[in-house]
Amino acid sequence: MKGVIVDLGINNIQSLQHKITRLGIKVEVGEKAKDIDQSDFIILPGVGYFGEAMNRLRERDLIDTLNSRVVMKQIPILGICLGMQLFSEDSEEGNTAGLGWIRGSTKLLKSRNKKISIPHIGWSRINSVDANPSPLLNQIEQTKRFYFVHSYHLQCQDSTDIVTTSTYEDIEFVSSIRKQNIFGTQFHPEKSHRDGMQVVWNFLHCSGLV
Amino acid sequence: MAAKRVIPVLLIRNQGLWKGRRFRSHKYVGDPQNALRVFSEKMVDELVMLNIEASVKKTGPDIRLIERVANECYMPFAFGGGIRTVEQVGNVLRSGAEKVVIGTAALKTPNLINESARLFGSQSIVVSIDYKETLFNKRRVYIYSGNKRTKVDPLRMAIEMSRRGAGEILLTSISKEGMGGGLDLKFLEEVAMKVGVPIIGGGGVGSVKDIIEGMNTTGLSAIAVGSLVTFSGPHRSVLINYPLVSPAEVDD
Repeated sequence: MKGVIVDLGINNIQSLQHKITRLGIKVEVGEKAKDIDQSDFIILPGVGYFGEAMNRLRERDLIDTLNSRVVMKQIPILGICLGMQLFSEDSEEGNTAGLGWIRGSTKLLKSRNKKISIPHIGWSRINSVDANPSPLLNQIEQTKRFYFVHSYHLQCQDSTDIVTTSTYEDIEFVSSIRKQNIFGTQFHPEKSHRDGMQVVWNFLHCSGLV
Repeated sequence: MAAKRVIPVLLIRNQGLWKGRRFRSHKYVGDPQNALRVFSEKMVDELVMLNIEASVKKTGPDIRLIERVANECYMPFAFGGGIRTVEQVGNVLRSGAEKVVIGTAALKTPNLINESARLFGSQSIVVSIDYKETLFNKRRVYIYSGNKRTKVDPLRMAIEMSRRGAGEILLTSISKEGMGGGLDLKFLEEVAMKVGVPIIGGGGVGSVKDIIEGMNTTGLSAIAVGSLVTFSGPHRSVLINYPLVSPAEVDD
Protein backbone atom coordinates (compact mmCIF):
# COMPACT_ATOMS: atom_id res chain seq x y z
CA MET A 1 0.00 0.00 0.00
CA LYS A 2 1.57 3.28 -1.03
CA GLY A 3 0.40 6.86 -1.36
CA VAL A 4 1.56 9.94 -3.23
CA ILE A 5 1.75 13.58 -2.20
CA VAL A 6 1.37 15.66 -5.34
CA ASP A 7 4.24 18.10 -5.67
CA LEU A 8 3.24 21.34 -7.35
CA GLY A 9 6.55 22.95 -6.55
CA ILE A 10 4.89 25.57 -4.43
CA ASN A 11 5.55 24.59 -0.86
CA ASN A 12 7.38 22.25 1.40
CA ILE A 13 5.96 18.76 1.33
CA GLN A 14 8.94 16.84 2.61
CA SER A 15 7.82 17.54 6.14
CA LEU A 16 4.29 16.38 5.35
CA GLN A 17 5.71 13.20 3.88
CA HIS A 18 7.89 12.72 6.92
CA LYS A 19 4.95 13.08 9.29
CA ILE A 20 2.78 10.60 7.41
CA THR A 21 5.64 8.13 7.19
CA ARG A 22 5.90 8.46 10.95
CA LEU A 23 2.36 7.07 11.19
CA GLY A 24 3.72 3.91 9.62
CA ILE A 25 2.34 4.67 6.18
CA LYS A 26 4.32 4.46 2.97
CA VAL A 27 3.99 7.69 1.01
CA GLU A 28 6.12 9.37 -1.62
CA VAL A 29 6.32 12.75 -3.17
CA GLY A 30 5.50 12.81 -6.88
CA GLU A 31 4.91 15.23 -9.71
CA LYS A 32 4.34 12.93 -12.66
CA ALA A 33 1.19 11.27 -13.90
CA LYS A 34 2.69 7.82 -13.41
CA ASP A 35 3.34 8.59 -9.71
CA ILE A 36 -0.37 9.22 -9.30
CA ASP A 37 -1.36 6.21 -11.42
CA GLN A 38 0.57 3.86 -9.20
CA SER A 39 -0.74 5.11 -5.85
CA ASP A 40 -3.36 3.72 -3.54
CA PHE A 41 -4.17 7.15 -2.13
CA ILE A 42 -3.42 10.74 -3.08
CA ILE A 43 -2.74 13.82 -1.02
CA LEU A 44 -3.10 17.20 -2.68
CA PRO A 45 -1.57 19.89 -0.46
CA GLY A 46 -1.58 23.53 -1.37
CA VAL A 47 -0.35 26.92 -0.39
CA GLY A 48 -0.56 30.01 -2.54
CA TYR A 49 -2.75 30.91 -5.45
CA PHE A 50 -5.60 28.91 -6.99
CA GLY A 51 -4.80 30.00 -10.52
CA GLU A 52 -1.13 29.19 -10.14
CA ALA A 53 -1.87 25.76 -8.69
CA MET A 54 -4.30 24.86 -11.52
CA ASN A 55 -1.70 26.02 -14.05
CA ARG A 56 0.87 23.73 -12.55
CA LEU A 57 -1.52 20.79 -12.57
CA ARG A 58 -2.04 21.48 -16.26
CA GLU A 59 1.64 21.99 -17.01
CA ARG A 60 2.54 18.71 -15.36
CA ASP A 61 -0.25 17.02 -17.28
CA LEU A 62 -1.89 15.74 -14.13
CA ILE A 63 -5.54 16.63 -14.63
CA ASP A 64 -6.48 13.63 -16.76
CA THR A 65 -4.76 11.22 -14.40
CA LEU A 66 -6.43 12.79 -11.39
CA ASN A 67 -9.84 12.58 -13.03
CA SER A 68 -9.22 8.99 -13.99
CA ARG A 69 -7.95 7.86 -10.60
CA VAL A 70 -10.25 9.91 -8.38
CA VAL A 71 -13.52 10.02 -10.31
CA MET A 72 -13.36 6.77 -12.28
CA LYS A 73 -11.31 4.47 -10.09
CA GLN A 74 -12.46 6.16 -6.84
CA ILE A 75 -8.99 6.21 -5.34
CA PRO A 76 -9.09 8.07 -1.98
CA ILE A 77 -7.81 11.64 -2.10
CA LEU A 78 -7.24 14.17 0.70
CA GLY A 79 -7.01 17.85 -0.26
CA ILE A 80 -5.36 20.19 2.26
CA CYS A 81 -6.07 23.90 2.41
CA LEU A 82 -5.75 25.19 -1.17
CA GLY A 83 -5.69 21.53 -2.20
CA MET A 84 -9.26 21.14 -0.98
CA GLN A 85 -10.32 24.35 -2.73
CA LEU A 86 -9.00 23.01 -6.05
CA PHE A 87 -11.76 20.37 -5.92
CA SER A 88 -14.38 23.09 -6.44
CA GLU A 89 -15.81 24.20 -9.78
CA ASP A 90 -14.14 27.58 -9.83
CA SER A 91 -12.53 30.30 -7.76
CA GLU A 92 -13.00 34.03 -7.45
CA GLU A 93 -9.23 34.22 -7.24
CA GLY A 94 -8.00 34.69 -10.75
CA ASN A 95 -11.40 33.67 -12.13
CA THR A 96 -10.17 30.16 -12.76
CA ALA A 97 -11.84 26.79 -13.19
CA GLY A 98 -11.06 24.10 -10.62
CA LEU A 99 -11.20 20.33 -10.87
CA GLY A 100 -14.99 20.46 -10.49
CA TRP A 101 -15.42 17.38 -8.31
CA ILE A 102 -17.25 19.22 -5.55
CA ARG A 103 -20.17 21.40 -6.56
CA GLY A 104 -19.58 24.94 -5.45
CA SER A 105 -17.13 27.80 -5.71
CA THR A 106 -14.12 29.06 -3.85
CA LYS A 107 -14.72 32.56 -2.59
CA LEU A 108 -12.91 35.25 -0.64
CA LEU A 109 -13.67 35.35 3.09
CA LYS A 110 -15.97 38.35 3.46
CA SER A 111 -18.09 39.67 6.27
CA ARG A 112 -21.33 41.49 5.62
CA ASN A 113 -21.18 43.37 8.87
CA LYS A 114 -17.67 44.32 9.71
CA LYS A 115 -14.19 44.90 8.45
CA ILE A 116 -12.16 41.75 8.93
CA SER A 117 -8.47 41.10 8.54
CA ILE A 118 -7.42 38.64 5.85
CA PRO A 119 -6.05 36.03 5.88
CA HIS A 120 -7.66 34.11 8.70
CA ILE A 121 -4.68 32.84 10.70
CA GLY A 122 -5.00 30.94 13.91
CA TRP A 123 -6.48 28.04 15.76
CA SER A 124 -10.21 27.31 15.49
CA ARG A 125 -12.62 24.56 16.36
CA ILE A 126 -14.27 22.43 13.72
CA ASN A 127 -17.96 21.69 14.24
CA SER A 128 -19.63 18.62 12.85
CA VAL A 129 -22.74 19.51 10.82
CA ASP A 130 -24.21 16.13 11.57
CA ALA A 131 -25.38 15.00 14.98
CA ASN A 132 -23.61 11.78 14.04
CA PRO A 133 -20.09 12.97 13.38
CA SER A 134 -18.33 11.59 10.35
CA PRO A 135 -15.68 8.90 10.90
CA LEU A 136 -13.24 11.54 9.66
CA LEU A 137 -13.61 12.97 13.17
CA ASN A 138 -13.02 9.72 15.09
CA GLN A 139 -11.26 10.19 18.44
CA ILE A 140 -11.30 13.96 18.09
CA GLU A 141 -12.94 15.87 20.90
CA GLN A 142 -15.26 18.68 20.04
CA THR A 143 -13.08 21.20 21.88
CA LYS A 144 -9.97 20.58 19.86
CA ARG A 145 -8.65 23.32 17.61
CA PHE A 146 -6.89 23.19 14.30
CA TYR A 147 -4.53 25.56 12.53
CA PHE A 148 -5.93 27.66 9.70
CA VAL A 149 -4.26 30.11 7.35
CA HIS A 150 -6.39 31.09 4.36
CA SER A 151 -8.06 33.98 2.62
CA TYR A 152 -10.55 31.94 0.61
CA HIS A 153 -13.09 29.29 1.47
CA LEU A 154 -15.06 26.65 -0.37
CA GLN A 155 -18.77 27.32 -0.59
CA CYS A 156 -20.36 23.91 -1.10
CA GLN A 157 -23.55 23.67 -3.10
CA ASP A 158 -24.34 20.21 -1.78
CA SER A 159 -24.65 20.30 1.98
CA THR A 160 -24.11 16.54 2.06
CA ASP A 161 -20.47 17.20 1.11
CA ILE A 162 -19.85 19.21 4.29
CA VAL A 163 -18.35 17.41 7.28
CA THR A 164 -17.49 20.39 9.51
CA THR A 165 -17.82 24.15 9.56
CA SER A 166 -15.79 26.67 11.52
CA THR A 167 -16.15 30.32 12.37
CA TYR A 168 -13.92 33.28 11.62
CA GLU A 169 -15.23 36.56 13.00
CA ASP A 170 -18.88 36.42 11.90
CA ILE A 171 -18.34 34.10 8.96
CA GLU A 172 -19.20 30.44 9.06
CA PHE A 173 -17.18 28.53 6.50
CA VAL A 174 -16.63 24.92 5.47
CA SER A 175 -13.62 23.47 7.25
CA SER A 176 -13.76 19.88 6.04
CA ILE A 177 -15.56 17.92 3.34
CA ARG A 178 -16.18 14.42 2.18
CA LYS A 179 -17.82 13.11 -0.95
CA GLN A 180 -17.30 9.36 -1.14
CA ASN A 181 -13.57 8.96 -1.77
CA ILE A 182 -12.89 12.70 -1.91
CA PHE A 183 -11.87 14.26 1.42
CA GLY A 184 -10.66 17.74 2.21
CA THR A 185 -9.59 19.93 5.12
CA GLN A 186 -9.30 23.69 5.03
CA PHE A 187 -6.99 23.52 8.07
CA HIS A 188 -3.48 22.13 8.04
CA PRO A 189 -3.58 18.73 9.77
CA GLU A 190 0.22 18.56 9.68
CA LYS A 191 0.37 21.79 11.72
CA SER A 192 -2.36 20.89 14.17
CA HIS A 193 -0.56 18.58 16.54
CA ARG A 194 -1.80 15.12 17.38
CA ASP A 195 -5.38 15.76 16.41
CA GLY A 196 -4.32 16.94 12.99
CA MET A 197 -2.49 13.71 12.34
CA GLN A 198 -5.50 11.83 13.76
CA VAL A 199 -7.58 13.36 10.93
CA VAL A 200 -5.05 12.10 8.40
CA TRP A 201 -5.20 8.68 10.02
CA ASN A 202 -8.99 8.77 9.93
CA PHE A 203 -8.93 9.60 6.22
CA LEU A 204 -6.86 6.47 5.60
CA HIS A 205 -9.05 4.40 7.88
CA CYS A 206 -12.27 5.58 6.21
CA SER A 207 -10.70 4.58 2.93
CA GLY A 208 -10.03 1.08 4.16
CA LEU A 209 -6.29 1.52 3.85
CA VAL A 210 -5.34 1.09 7.52
CA MET B 1 -10.92 38.15 18.61
CA ALA B 2 -8.57 35.17 18.52
CA ALA B 3 -7.04 34.04 21.79
CA LYS B 4 -3.66 35.59 22.53
CA ARG B 5 -0.72 33.40 21.70
CA VAL B 6 2.26 32.49 23.83
CA ILE B 7 5.23 31.87 21.59
CA PRO B 8 8.51 30.29 22.70
CA VAL B 9 11.49 31.94 21.04
CA LEU B 10 14.51 29.68 20.62
CA LEU B 11 17.93 31.11 19.87
CA ILE B 12 20.29 29.13 17.69
CA ARG B 13 24.04 29.46 17.47
CA ASN B 14 26.22 26.93 15.76
CA GLN B 15 23.38 24.40 15.56
CA GLY B 16 22.78 24.50 19.31
CA LEU B 17 20.29 26.33 21.48
CA TRP B 18 21.57 29.21 23.57
CA LYS B 19 20.02 31.64 26.02
CA GLY B 20 21.38 34.82 27.52
CA ARG B 21 20.53 37.92 29.47
CA ARG B 22 20.13 41.27 27.77
CA PHE B 23 21.41 39.63 24.59
CA ARG B 24 24.72 38.74 26.28
CA SER B 25 26.46 35.96 28.21
CA HIS B 26 24.70 33.24 26.32
CA LYS B 27 24.65 29.83 27.87
CA TYR B 28 24.32 26.59 25.94
CA VAL B 29 20.98 24.98 26.72
CA GLY B 30 20.85 22.03 24.44
CA ASP B 31 19.86 20.54 21.17
CA PRO B 32 17.06 22.12 19.11
CA GLN B 33 15.56 18.71 18.34
CA ASN B 34 15.01 18.05 22.01
CA ALA B 35 13.39 21.42 22.60
CA LEU B 36 11.15 20.83 19.61
CA ARG B 37 10.06 17.52 20.95
CA VAL B 38 9.12 19.08 24.28
CA PHE B 39 7.17 21.88 22.65
CA SER B 40 5.42 19.56 20.23
CA GLU B 41 4.56 17.30 23.12
CA LYS B 42 3.16 20.25 25.05
CA MET B 43 1.36 21.39 21.92
CA VAL B 44 2.45 25.01 21.92
CA ASP B 45 0.68 27.35 19.52
CA GLU B 46 3.68 28.23 17.44
CA LEU B 47 7.40 28.67 17.70
CA VAL B 48 10.03 31.18 16.68
CA MET B 49 13.57 30.07 15.98
CA LEU B 50 16.27 32.69 15.49
CA ASN B 51 19.87 32.28 14.51
CA ILE B 52 21.60 34.90 16.63
CA GLU B 53 24.95 34.95 14.88
CA ALA B 54 23.81 35.00 11.27
CA SER B 55 23.44 38.76 10.89
CA VAL B 56 26.87 39.43 12.34
CA LYS B 57 28.55 36.59 10.47
CA LYS B 58 26.56 37.34 7.35
CA THR B 59 25.66 33.70 6.86
CA GLY B 60 22.48 32.55 5.15
CA PRO B 61 19.69 30.44 6.66
CA ASP B 62 20.53 26.84 7.53
CA ILE B 63 18.12 25.08 5.19
CA ARG B 64 18.86 21.60 6.54
CA LEU B 65 18.07 22.74 10.05
CA ILE B 66 14.80 24.29 8.90
CA GLU B 67 13.82 21.10 7.09
CA ARG B 68 14.60 19.04 10.20
CA VAL B 69 12.55 21.42 12.33
CA ALA B 70 9.69 21.25 9.82
CA ASN B 71 9.76 17.47 10.07
CA GLU B 72 9.52 17.54 13.87
CA CYS B 73 7.26 20.52 14.34
CA TYR B 74 3.55 19.73 14.41
CA MET B 75 2.66 23.41 14.63
CA PRO B 76 3.53 26.49 12.61
CA PHE B 77 6.95 28.01 13.15
CA ALA B 78 8.86 31.12 12.14
CA PHE B 79 12.54 31.19 11.31
CA GLY B 80 14.94 34.12 11.22
CA GLY B 81 18.46 35.36 11.69
CA GLY B 82 20.54 37.13 9.07
CA ILE B 83 17.87 37.07 6.36
CA ARG B 84 18.89 39.68 3.80
CA THR B 85 17.46 38.74 0.39
CA VAL B 86 14.15 37.81 -1.17
CA GLU B 87 15.74 34.59 -2.34
CA GLN B 88 16.59 33.65 1.24
CA VAL B 89 13.03 34.44 2.31
CA GLY B 90 11.73 32.10 -0.38
CA ASN B 91 14.16 29.36 0.60
CA VAL B 92 13.15 29.51 4.25
CA LEU B 93 9.44 29.31 3.39
CA ARG B 94 9.94 26.51 0.88
CA SER B 95 11.93 24.55 3.45
CA GLY B 96 8.92 24.36 5.71
CA ALA B 97 8.74 27.45 7.91
CA GLU B 98 5.38 29.24 7.91
CA LYS B 99 6.97 32.62 8.49
CA VAL B 100 10.27 34.39 8.10
CA VAL B 101 11.57 36.79 10.74
CA ILE B 102 13.56 39.75 9.43
CA GLY B 103 15.46 42.08 11.77
CA THR B 104 18.59 43.96 10.77
CA ALA B 105 17.79 43.89 7.06
CA ALA B 106 14.38 45.47 7.69
CA LEU B 107 16.20 48.58 8.84
CA LYS B 108 19.09 48.55 6.37
CA THR B 109 17.19 47.56 3.23
CA PRO B 110 13.51 48.11 4.03
CA ASN B 111 12.38 47.38 0.47
CA LEU B 112 13.06 43.75 1.31
CA ILE B 113 9.88 43.87 3.38
CA ASN B 114 7.80 45.29 0.52
CA GLU B 115 9.16 42.73 -1.94
CA SER B 116 8.80 39.75 0.36
CA ALA B 117 5.24 40.68 1.32
CA ARG B 118 4.35 41.10 -2.34
CA LEU B 119 5.78 37.73 -3.35
CA PHE B 120 4.89 35.59 -0.37
CA GLY B 121 2.08 37.41 1.42
CA SER B 122 2.20 39.55 4.54
CA GLN B 123 1.22 36.63 6.73
CA SER B 124 4.66 35.09 6.02
CA ILE B 125 6.65 38.12 7.10
CA VAL B 126 7.49 39.02 10.71
CA VAL B 127 9.68 42.04 11.36
CA SER B 128 11.75 41.82 14.52
CA ILE B 129 12.63 45.02 16.34
CA ASP B 130 15.07 44.89 19.28
CA TYR B 131 15.37 48.02 21.37
CA LYS B 132 16.82 49.50 24.53
CA GLU B 133 15.60 52.26 26.74
CA THR B 134 18.04 55.14 26.90
CA LEU B 135 18.20 58.19 29.11
CA PHE B 136 15.14 60.43 29.19
CA ASN B 137 12.82 57.48 28.60
CA LYS B 138 13.67 57.31 24.91
CA ARG B 139 13.92 54.03 23.10
CA ARG B 140 16.32 53.15 20.32
CA VAL B 141 16.48 50.22 17.91
CA TYR B 142 19.54 47.95 18.02
CA ILE B 143 20.58 45.75 15.12
CA TYR B 144 23.06 42.91 14.50
CA SER B 145 21.78 40.88 17.44
CA GLY B 146 21.92 43.85 19.78
CA ASN B 147 25.47 44.80 18.87
CA LYS B 148 24.86 48.06 17.07
CA ARG B 149 22.88 51.00 18.31
CA THR B 150 20.88 53.10 15.85
CA LYS B 151 19.10 56.42 16.16
CA VAL B 152 15.79 54.89 15.13
CA ASP B 153 12.76 54.95 17.39
CA PRO B 154 11.14 51.46 17.60
CA LEU B 155 7.57 52.76 17.47
CA ARG B 156 8.27 54.69 14.28
CA MET B 157 10.00 51.67 12.79
CA ALA B 158 7.03 49.46 13.69
CA ILE B 159 4.65 51.87 11.96
CA GLU B 160 6.80 52.02 8.86
CA MET B 161 7.23 48.26 8.67
CA SER B 162 3.50 47.67 8.93
CA ARG B 163 3.01 50.08 6.03
CA ARG B 164 5.57 48.15 4.00
CA GLY B 165 3.66 44.91 4.40
CA ALA B 166 4.96 43.18 7.52
CA GLY B 167 2.28 40.78 8.76
CA GLU B 168 3.45 40.95 12.37
CA ILE B 169 6.00 42.78 14.48
CA LEU B 170 8.08 41.04 17.16
CA LEU B 171 9.14 43.71 19.62
CA THR B 172 11.83 42.77 22.15
CA SER B 173 13.20 44.85 24.99
CA ILE B 174 16.91 44.10 25.22
CA SER B 175 17.14 45.67 28.67
CA LYS B 176 14.50 43.34 30.02
CA GLU B 177 15.43 40.23 28.07
CA GLY B 178 16.41 37.27 30.22
CA MET B 179 15.90 39.21 33.43
CA GLY B 180 12.51 37.80 34.38
CA GLY B 181 11.33 41.18 35.61
CA GLY B 182 8.25 41.43 33.42
CA LEU B 183 7.51 42.93 30.01
CA ASP B 184 7.81 46.58 28.95
CA LEU B 185 4.02 46.76 29.13
CA LYS B 186 3.23 50.44 28.74
CA PHE B 187 5.34 50.72 25.62
CA LEU B 188 3.96 47.49 24.14
CA GLU B 189 0.46 48.76 24.71
CA GLU B 190 1.30 52.05 22.98
CA VAL B 191 2.75 50.27 19.96
CA ALA B 192 -0.17 47.84 19.77
CA MET B 193 -2.61 50.74 19.73
CA LYS B 194 -0.74 52.74 17.12
CA VAL B 195 0.36 50.03 14.70
CA GLY B 196 -2.09 48.28 12.40
CA VAL B 197 -0.65 44.76 12.53
CA PRO B 198 -0.41 42.15 15.31
CA ILE B 199 2.33 42.83 17.83
CA ILE B 200 4.23 40.06 19.61
CA GLY B 201 5.73 41.49 22.79
CA GLY B 202 8.86 39.96 24.27
CA GLY B 203 11.69 40.44 26.68
CA GLY B 204 11.32 39.90 30.41
CA VAL B 205 8.69 37.24 30.96
CA GLY B 206 9.75 35.50 34.16
CA SER B 207 6.55 33.88 35.31
CA VAL B 208 3.06 32.93 34.27
CA LYS B 209 1.94 36.12 36.06
CA ASP B 210 3.93 38.14 33.51
CA ILE B 211 2.17 36.29 30.72
CA ILE B 212 -1.22 37.05 32.23
CA GLU B 213 -0.28 40.72 32.50
CA GLY B 214 0.73 40.61 28.86
CA MET B 215 -2.58 38.99 27.92
CA ASN B 216 -4.40 41.77 29.73
CA THR B 217 -2.48 44.42 27.87
CA THR B 218 -4.77 46.00 25.37
CA GLY B 219 -4.08 45.26 21.77
CA LEU B 220 -1.12 42.92 22.24
CA SER B 221 -1.60 39.81 20.06
CA ALA B 222 0.99 37.50 21.47
CA ILE B 223 3.66 37.14 24.10
CA ALA B 224 7.12 35.83 23.32
CA VAL B 225 8.86 33.74 25.97
CA GLY B 226 12.46 32.64 26.24
CA SER B 227 13.91 32.08 29.70
CA LEU B 228 10.59 30.92 31.04
CA VAL B 229 10.65 27.86 28.83
CA THR B 230 14.38 27.28 29.03
CA PHE B 231 15.34 27.63 32.65
CA SER B 232 13.98 26.60 35.97
CA GLY B 233 14.77 27.60 39.53
CA PRO B 234 16.95 30.28 41.08
CA HIS B 235 20.17 28.88 39.65
CA ARG B 236 18.78 28.93 36.13
CA SER B 237 19.19 25.20 35.61
CA VAL B 238 18.31 24.22 32.12
CA LEU B 239 14.89 22.72 31.84
CA ILE B 240 13.07 22.96 28.55
CA ASN B 241 9.46 23.18 29.60
CA TYR B 242 6.15 24.81 28.82
CA PRO B 243 4.12 25.76 31.85
CA LEU B 244 0.79 26.35 30.21
CA VAL B 245 -2.09 24.37 28.86
CA SER B 246 -2.06 24.28 25.10
CA PRO B 247 -4.66 26.51 23.43
CA ALA B 248 -5.43 23.51 21.26
CA GLU B 249 -6.96 22.04 24.40
CA VAL B 250 -8.66 25.07 25.86
CA ASP B 251 -12.39 25.11 26.12
CA ASP B 252 -13.74 28.61 25.54
